Amino acid sequence: MTSHHRSLFDKVWDAHLVATRPDGQALLAIDRHFLHEGSFHAFGMIDHAKRPVRRPELTFAVADHYVPSHSRAKPIADPEIANMVTMLEANAGRHGLRHFGLHDPAQGIVHVLAPEQGLTLPGLTIVCGDSHTSTHGAFGALAFGIGATEVSHVLATQTLWQRRPRTMRVTVDGELGAHVTAKDLILAVIGFIGADGAAGHVIEYAGSAIRALSMEGRLTVCNMSIEAGARAGMIAPDDTTFSWIEGRTYAPKGELFDRAVEHWRTLPSDPDAAFDREVSLDAAAIAPSVTWGTSPETAVPVTGAVPDPGAESDPVRAGQMRKMLDYMGLTPGTRLEEVGIDRVFIGSCTNARLEDLRAAAAVLRGRRAVVPGLVVPGSVPVRRQAEAEGLDRVFTDAGLEWGEPGCSMCVGINGDLVPAGERCASTTNRNFPGRQGPNARTHLMSPAMAAAAAVTGKLTDVRTLDVRKLGVS
Amino acid sequence: MDPFVTLTAPAVPLDIANIDTDQLLPARFLKKPRSAGYGNFLLRDERKPGFPLDDPAYAGARVLVTDRNFGCGSSREGAVYALVDGGFRCVVAPSFGDIFAANAAKNGLLTITLPEETVAELRRQLQETPGAAVTVDLPAQTLTGPDGRPLAFAIDPFKKECLIEGLDDVALTLRHQDAIDAFDRADAAARPWLVPGT
Repeated sequence: MTSHHRSLFDKVWDAHLVATRPDGQALLAIDRHFLHEGSFHAFGMIDHAKRPVRRPELTFAVADHYVPSHSRAKPIADPEIANMVTMLEANAGRHGLRHFGLHDPAQGIVHVLAPEQGLTLPGLTIVCGDSHTSTHGAFGALAFGIGATEVSHVLATQTLWQRRPRTMRVTVDGELGAHVTAKDLILAVIGFIGADGAAGHVIEYAGSAIRALSMEGRLTVCNMSIEAGARAGMIAPDDTTFSWIEGRTYAPKGELFDRAVEHWRTLPSDPDAAFDREVSLDAAAIAPSVTWGTSPETAVPVTGAVPDPGAESDPVRAGQMRKMLDYMGLTPGTRLEEVGIDRVFIGSCTNARLEDLRAAAAVLRGRRAVVPGLVVPGSVPVRRQAEAEGLDRVFTDAGLEWGEPGCSMCVGINGDLVPAGERCASTTNRNFPGRQGPNARTHLMSPAMAAAAAVTGKLTDVRTLDVRKLGVS
Repeated sequence: MDPFVTLTAPAVPLDIANIDTDQLLPARFLKKPRSAGYGNFLLRDERKPGFPLDDPAYAGARVLVTDRNFGCGSSREGAVYALVDGGFRCVVAPSFGDIFAANAAKNGLLTITLPEETVAELRRQLQETPGAAVTVDLPAQTLTGPDGRPLAFAIDPFKKECLIEGLDDVALTLRHQDAIDAFDRADAAARPWLVPGT
């Protein structure tokens, strides 16, 4: 590979090579390391080995997975959950790390907070003990999730051993239709290539539909790269990226910012860069999407029907479809728009940014939800801005709860669970069995689609509702 | 970490695709210390009557033979702890979640990737002769199923070395300390905006 035929991924990877072994393993320098409450295993490992944190100034701890969605005035009632939050604070304190705790004015879901604070920048290598770290690739960073042992390795050495992944370019050209969002786009990609379609690959998203997305939309797309099995997802940085970053708390300022932008402009893939695989989708053909099964790859247009395992020729596949339909309580052939829901959840690192909340509020304004639901903003700054725009009132007037920032009902470990057997219209990223609670049934969709489902009590094509635009861009 | 060289043990087949790490270790167990032992948490919510892992015919299984995209989803290393503490040393599948496979190697759990048809045939054999043993020879990179036919598998040489030696990565990395220091010095000059708040 010559220096003139490099992809965005190649450029970021090559710039971080510390050492390469004869067997091809590369020691990669890590620029940002984010930690959440689940990091206690990794701290245990470095403490056991008496190893310090090598670069505390590049390491940031964020309380998000276990923080309560309800009032934070009182201490967390469950002692085991409270312990997770205090352990993170103690570990961060002992190692001198910046800690965004429960009461920090910047607190939020790590994948919402870091971009918002200007910690996420183009060209960086970013890791976190969380699979949705792929989110940060929206800025042209190489960002991926790692496990506890690798977290301990990064804490101790600020590096990671990796084998160079293969590359895949997903090109989406054309214009998305009305009420078709970044969430529908990425669900369509996953439905097309499968839940392991990008295993071993880093995806670069390209094409006019990607370029037209806001940073929020790009974050949603890269966030779900992992649901296609990808190691990471990346989008070339451009003026949309640079204007998002400028002025944020931790972003470079003044002359340093200008120098950084000059460098960032060199990162996009060269015109003749080669990829191991190429996939193309037509944006205009993407419909508002929902999942019917227990894998994100079961995403289909909401206008369709529950598929029939009887039409599947492979008996093992047919059996797996029956198992999913049984778990989901669905009958083959049922029109998706006839499927009733029990509750909605609007939130998560996929869809809890301002643009998401605005889209949901645009559907809910002046309407009532016929099922219970919870709206959880991605961060305190998102929550404050949403309140300044009156979005919280739109949600509460519709009968939905307005929560405090965190992972909440997406991962179901702070106490927010979908009750067993209930069907949830959810803006999250995973519909796995038990993900939102034992025997909970999850249908993934966009914030506008979840809001529409709240209004009708069924899976609903948001385009069939008269949606008045909010007076904001 | 316990070295992995060879293993002969019963194998259990699981005809389920996309077994994710939320299933392998349900989220409510994530806050448990490792000292609690994670074996009892393994696939806890899947343990319905007739589940192969509870079938006495497969008692003592140390190898799991399953379907595509095993270990997809969350990066929780606890999913690997649950398998290891549950007695497993090897998982065979047509594909794995990348993060799961990396976590597995760090904990002495060998992941073997073989073509979909080959794995399906292996599962069929194990269903026909429940409790049959398989043999894994990591140095030779072969897996021998109940029919006695050795199947060659590929593995990253680095992963293979770490598994066979039971190596601690950090110790290995610290041998490159000079290169890391040199990288950091050069990088600080090239990207002065790297450290936030400077």
